[in-house]
Amino acid sequence: QYSAVVSFSPCQQRIEIHKLRQGDNLILGFSIGGGIDQDPSQNPFSEDKTDKGIYVTRVTEGGPAEVAGLQIGDKIMQVNGWDMTMVTHDQARKRLTKRNEEVVRLLVTRQSLQKAVQQSMMS
Amino acid sequence: MSAAMDTESTYSGYSHYSGHSKKAHRQGRDRHKSPRSKDGSRSEKSVTIQTPPAEPLLGNDASQVEDGQDDNWGETTTAITGTSEHSISQEDIARISKDLEDSVGLDCKRYLGLTVATVLGLIVFLTPIAFILLPQILWRDDLEPCGAVCEGLFISVAFKLIILLIGTWTLFFRQPKADIPRVFVFRALLLVLIFLFVFSYWLFYGVRILDSKDTNYQGIVQYAVSLVDALLFIHYLAIVLLELRQLQPMFAVKVVRSTDGESRYYSLGHLSIQRAALVVLENYYRDFPVYNPALLTASKSRAAKHMAGLKVYNVDGPGNNASGQSRAMIAAAARRRDSSHNELYYEEADQERRVKKRRARLVVAVEEAFTHIKRLQAEEQQKAPGEVMDPREAAQAIFPSMARALQKYLRTTRQQQYHSMESILQHLSFCITNNMTPKAFLERYLIPGPTLQYDRDRWFSKQWTLVSGEAVTSGLQDGIVFVLKCLDFSLVVNVKKIPFIKLSEEFIDPKSHKFVLSLQSETSV
Repeated sequence: QYSAVVSFSPCQQRIEIHKLRQGDNLILGFSIGGGIDQDPSQNPFSEDKTDKGIYVTRVTEGGPAEVAGLQIGDKIMQVNGWDMTMVTHDQARKRLTKRNEEVVRLLVTRQSLQKAVQQSMMS
Repeated sequence: MSAAMDTESTYSGYSHYSGHSKKAHRQGRDRHKSPRSKDGSRSEKSVTIQTPPAEPLLGNDASQVEDGQDDNWGETTTAITGTSEHSISQEDIARISKDLEDSVGLDCKRYLGLTVATVLGLIVFLTPIAFILLPQILWRDDLEPCGAVCEGLFISVAFKLIILLIGTWTLFFRQPKADIPRVFVFRALLLVLIFLFVFSYWLFYGVRILDSKDTNYQGIVQYAVSLVDALLFIHYLAIVLLELRQLQPMFAVKVVRSTDGESRYYSLGHLSIQRAALVVLENYYRDFPVYNPALLTASKSRAAKHMAGLKVYNVDGPGNNASGQSRAMIAAAARRRDSSHNELYYEEADQERRVKKRRARLVVAVEEAFTHIKRLQAEEQQKAPGEVMDPREAAQAIFPSMARALQKYLRTTRQQQYHSMESILQHLSFCITNNMTPKAFLERYLIPGPTLQYDRDRWFSKQWTLVSGEAVTSGLQDGIVFVLKCLDFSLVVNVKKIPFIKLSEEFIDPKSHKFVLSLQSETSV
């Protein structure tokens, strides 16, 4: 029953990233890993090794993502309203790098947040 | 060396035995038939297997060749000598073996066994012919005429006898590889079986046919045919018992040399201990690197130094507590802080470096020497610029340039006793004749080879004694240990049974091999 609580609990964060223009590209300043076509057991950040969601694997220093508060290990649940829990790796990349969007609003969960909520609920 | 000379002199007496090839052929069957009356009374089990000397490995005019010696020196015709349980010196052994050899009893025993077996063989072979011919000779007129059937039977008897003859010759008339003292149990059993069988046939024939002068000739001929058939079946039994049974490997045998720990594993089937010992010895000469006493001096000196520095004083007065003394010595030696392990390590590293250096020099010298020789093609031989040499002269020409490096290398690896200058020259001319490269020439000196490669007088291992707790004719069992002793070292043989293997099968459909890519890509956005 705790897993159900976690997915609806208020330990999700909304992060708004303004893309940075670099030459011809708009970059966000982080790297993603995971997807339904990838091997979830190799994901170092997931607690559940069958979780095929999209995770933040790297955050560039001083980039837009870091400025906005994105941290390494975050699981991205939604991007601009699009669900990211059951997408392939390439689909996730495409949704993040749409050329006509300058701002992306992410819904992320963080393990530290989840654990803190769990502990507070148990005590 | 005098001990070796002693044994050498006793061997020469046997040379004329091995010279008689016919006897050597027949000896294979039944040398071990005759029971050794001497052994019956004694309970000890050690027996001796000796190998005689023969021509040197590389026969050349420089070395002496004994007259009348067997050309195939690889065969080891051996002598049976007796040894007793308490220790006797080498001279005693030589004296005993000389005595035995000179005694008439041994020769008679051997020849008696041989004669008996040959006579039995002849009787067995001629019996069917006799069965067929005797009625013709004795009461020809009374016999019923028997036409084509009998003639057909005659042909079949003739061919079966020929087949039997060839088969027996193949199976039993072989060059003896060695002489083992105890009777071959299966061979003796087979001979007894054959004897009883033929005897019973003769008995029946004598009583029912000769006495009553049976006139049914066809029946008599068929009786003879049945005898030949039964003999062929006994021959089949002989093949199975003597040859096939021991082919399937049942035991893994570990042979360890006592002086330096060289060990090998062999697979053997159901053999008696003495035959297993024979197999081990045959393989020893081929597989084990030659025994080199010069390599053992280092460890001996180390062992001598261990206990040398301690001396025990009895402070508490008289009272000879020997075990207490030795225990005190052992404890003191263990506690003493000695650096002999250090010495060993640095000495070994040093020695290795020295050997490698010498080896490098040797390889370079030999390679350079070999470049001076060029083989002449047939057409060039007439118009050669310099003088034309045969392989021996060519070897002698290039030998001096590599002689020093080779000698130094042999000294460093303590092999100098095994290679005389003559043998090196011989090997060099052999390599030149066969177009071998320098590396092929050097292979003989860089790696210590098996005992067979060297001259017979460097073998150190010609007279073997089998020491065993069980009877030497009993079969191999799991856990048996026996020792093959020669003068300088011994081979400890440990027999282990090959484990019973449970093999089960599992079927995997080839179509069930399916795969997915398992990726973990990272994309930066």
